[in-house]
Amino acid sequence: MIIIASDKALPPNNTSASTDSWYESSARQRVENLLDANSFNEFIGPELRETSPHLPLFDLPEQFDDGMIVGYGRLDGIPVLVAAQEGRFMGGAFGEIHGAKLTGLLRAARDIAWLPVLILFDTGGVRLQEANAGELAIAEIMRALIEARFAGIPVVGLVGGRAGCYGGGGLIAGCCSALAVSEQGRISVSGPEVIETNRGLEEFDSKDRALVWRTMGGKHRRLIGGAEVFADDTVASFRDAARFLIKHAPSMSLEMLEAEQFRLTQRIEQFGTCADAADIWRSLGATKPQSIPALPHPDFVALANDLQEPHYVAR
Amino acid sequence: METLNYRANAPQRAKGSKRQVIVGVVASGNLEVLAERVLPDSECEVDIRTAAEGFGEVWQAVVADFVERRSPGGLKFSINDGGARPDTVALRLAQAVSAIEGERT
Amino acid sequence: MTTWDNAQRLRESRKRAGALYARGKRVEKKDATALLEAVIQPGDRVCLEGDNQKQADLLAVALAAVNKEKIHDLHMVQSGVVLPEHLDLFELGIAKRLDYAYSGPQSQRIAKLLFGGKIELGAVHTYLELFARYYVDLTPQVALIAAVSADREGNLYTGPNTEDTPAIVEATAFKDGIVIAQVNEIVDKLPRVDIPGDWVDFVIESGKPFYVEPLFTRDPGAITETQILTAMLAIKGIYAPYGVQRLNHGIGFNTAAIELLLPTYAERLGLKGKIASHWALNPHPTLIPAIESGWVKQVHSFGSEVGMDDYIRARPDVFFTGPDGSLRSNRAFSQVAGLYACDMFIGSTLQIDLQGNSSTVTADRVAGFGGAPNMGSDARGRRHPSQPWLQAGKEADPDSPAALRRGRKLVVQIGETFGDKNVPLFVEHLDALKLATKLDLDLAPVMVYGDDVTHIVTEEGIANLLLCRNNDEREHAIRGVAGYTNVGRGRDKKLVQQLRERGVIRRPEDLGIDPLDADRRLLAARSIKDLVRWSGDLYAPPSKFRNW
Repeated sequence: MIIIASDKALPPNNTSASTDSWYESSARQRVENLLDANSFNEFIGPELRETSPHLPLFDLPEQFDDGMIVGYGRLDGIPVLVAAQEGRFMGGAFGEIHGAKLTGLLRAARDIAWLPVLILFDTGGVRLQEANAGELAIAEIMRALIEARFAGIPVVGLVGGRAGCYGGGGLIAGCCSALAVSEQGRISVSGPEVIETNRGLEEFDSKDRALVWRTMGGKHRRLIGGAEVFADDTVASFRDAARFLIKHAPSMSLEMLEAEQFRLTQRIEQFGTCADAADIWRSLGATKPQSIPALPHPDFVALANDLQEPHYVAR
Repeated sequence: METLNYRANAPQRAKGSKRQVIVGVVASGNLEVLAERVLPDSECEVDIRTAAEGFGEVWQAVVADFVERRSPGGLKFSINDGGARPDTVALRLAQAVSAIEGERT
Repeated sequence: MTTWDNAQRLRESRKRAGALYARGKRVEKKDATALLEAVIQPGDRVCLEGDNQKQADLLAVALAAVNKEKIHDLHMVQSGVVLPEHLDLFELGIAKRLDYAYSGPQSQRIAKLLFGGKIELGAVHTYLELFARYYVDLTPQVALIAAVSADREGNLYTGPNTEDTPAIVEATAFKDGIVIAQVNEIVDKLPRVDIPGDWVDFVIESGKPFYVEPLFTRDPGAITETQILTAMLAIKGIYAPYGVQRLNHGIGFNTAAIELLLPTYAERLGLKGKIASHWALNPHPTLIPAIESGWVKQVHSFGSEVGMDDYIRARPDVFFTGPDGSLRSNRAFSQVAGLYACDMFIGSTLQIDLQGNSSTVTADRVAGFGGAPNMGSDARGRRHPSQPWLQAGKEADPDSPAALRRGRKLVVQIGETFGDKNVPLFVEHLDALKLATKLDLDLAPVMVYGDDVTHIVTEEGIANLLLCRNNDEREHAIRGVAGYTNVGRGRDKKLVQQLRERGVIRRPEDLGIDPLDADRRLLAARSIKDLVRWSGDLYAPPSKFRNW
């Protein structure tokens, strides 16, 4: 099945949901306000103190939920499983426990609950102190995610937090059925500092924040098909996006994978020689690419819908 | 890391019936407070793991003022601290009591 | 036979020497150092323009490149020690003596050079005081200044960042000194003339904009709940009861929070039109929501702020703009305005002692204070009355007959009891004292003297020092808002309680403020992007503040 995801199809903002900033909210506030009131039930909550076995070895403080909140709730009455990363604890980075909670949730989605999964990404990647365990966790999560999708379970990623969605988080996001991203959200594997360190300042100036956002930010991801929905930075907008994407997420099949491969091949052919995101936007047909970063949410959504790559399929 | 523990008598039981709440996050200059209604009504306890060592006296003063002002009887507070300033600690403790008493969610 | 025109003749010989490198007044960029070597003489007093904002950066580099066999022992008289070259001059032996007002980024290195004896320190001034001395005993023989553009006659357009230029040029040009300007470009017609061409001797086209530090940009995203609480306390506990309309804000996050609470919290308190309407203030981006909400009647500025130029141009009713539409700032006049025409200064500091003295100098950092000591002091020469000034005077001295009683400027120090890395704001003794001992200074570098301070605001409450009747009360009023610092924990609880009953100390609950209400959602803008939106896309923040 192939669907065309378009922001146009989004229903108007649900005014009953919170207008709080997604970027500013904590992981718990996001979960609380994203789901129907009082519908969230946490698995392995903070009272169980299932904390990282590694951080004490480095004399670092733990967090009772290890920066990962998982549980069950309802979104407009629809039962869903939810995972949320706290981007302020260790930069939202994946460690052993943090990762295991998400792996478990994805396996439960397939084996037990048969429910859609929402992943609220907010991560810099793998926790340095738990390097091997963290890397393994990424691999396990990707496997569990793909297996869940093969079983027909939509897995929707929401990206708009302080830490962005980097490193292994970027890989996991790439495995999701669909993604919603806000302007503040960034999706990439190597972060700006990593690129600058490895390839030099000429290649990427990590302090040039306009460049960072132009290259990895939500608007660019939306325009090149890296994310299906461009959300406003409110909980309400992410709620709308999540509801829409659960409904329209493509299932995993050989046909879908081939279509996605085709789309990516075309993309590299079309934009491979562009030196800057603005060049890509121009070749997409944007007449004033330099004005795109400043465009307000509704104007950008309208523009993106106009410019959207032809035959844009799901991932 | 330094571990600190304070127990005190509380003249009044914390209001409400919520079993537990958690506020804050562990980050530089921030902390999380897990409040659990697990103690007899006349007791309270604050259990701290902090990244900033050598501030025992300050913690003691913050906790003493907190218990005097809020009388959180029946509550156990477990804190993971990323080196928060005392004003932030006092604010989070107050937020935790407020949340478990149901004033705010 | 006495000659009375020695300085004029010296000026003519300097000009002739410089003219070898000039066509008319114009000197090529590559000849900048040669020009300086020709014009400057060993031991000269040289003003190298630069403050906490704009910098004559090309001329700083050129001066640091002179041959020190030819040019040495200069006496630098300048507002800011900011660029690395400003200190290279001393390290290289080109300059020897320094009188200045502000050092931000170089505060650590300047301390090292002072300890190492590489710099003979005259004094650390306030801006206005240093400008004053340009006209008495520190008049520059050579001034190296920066402007946006020049025309063929050497008339200068300084753009929105006029800042110190008029004060420097007036002192130099009318006392037989030489004025050398770097300009971004030379044009046929200037948008407006800020400095007349006959006060300018040489002009160098740099080909790129002079450096300006965006010092007054505070990202609302970094404002904490505690800072919001202090802002609520200040608004409800000081702005409202005194009815403060004419004021200056420091650059800290606490005052940025106040600016962002005006259209929200203060509006709900019904204070619109009653407070914060007339300002001596740089164009703080965080003031945009208050301006757009109709709070702000008028703002005069020391300098501009990076990214604010288009916004200012579009709000001429609020800002001082020239016939060309762009901002005309003037540090000297704005400092005078802050001293004489403002009823309140409120700002942050790094240390406050038990007498209320405050300083941003620490043991290894010699930050100058810029304008704060001037803003943060009572103007003894003031004669015009205003409600806040009279009320503060009455609180300080209730028994004198009203007609003979001086008013008082409200000088408010605001901050959290602990700063970065849990460093306490309150101390028994200022680090400035240790520094004075170490450097054998006659005066410790105090930013605001305790007898000028009227209020201290922390998250624990407000101490009104005007109501203190002796040193003991004063000390305990300070201890009473010093939170869990050693100073705060050293309080006599009974005495603090008595002060609270008298209203000397006021806690959040005394003002009807619940600390749990101090929420970031109260801020009119919570990000730089919000400020851009408030401005109708007229504010163009520098890249380093963007997250889009």
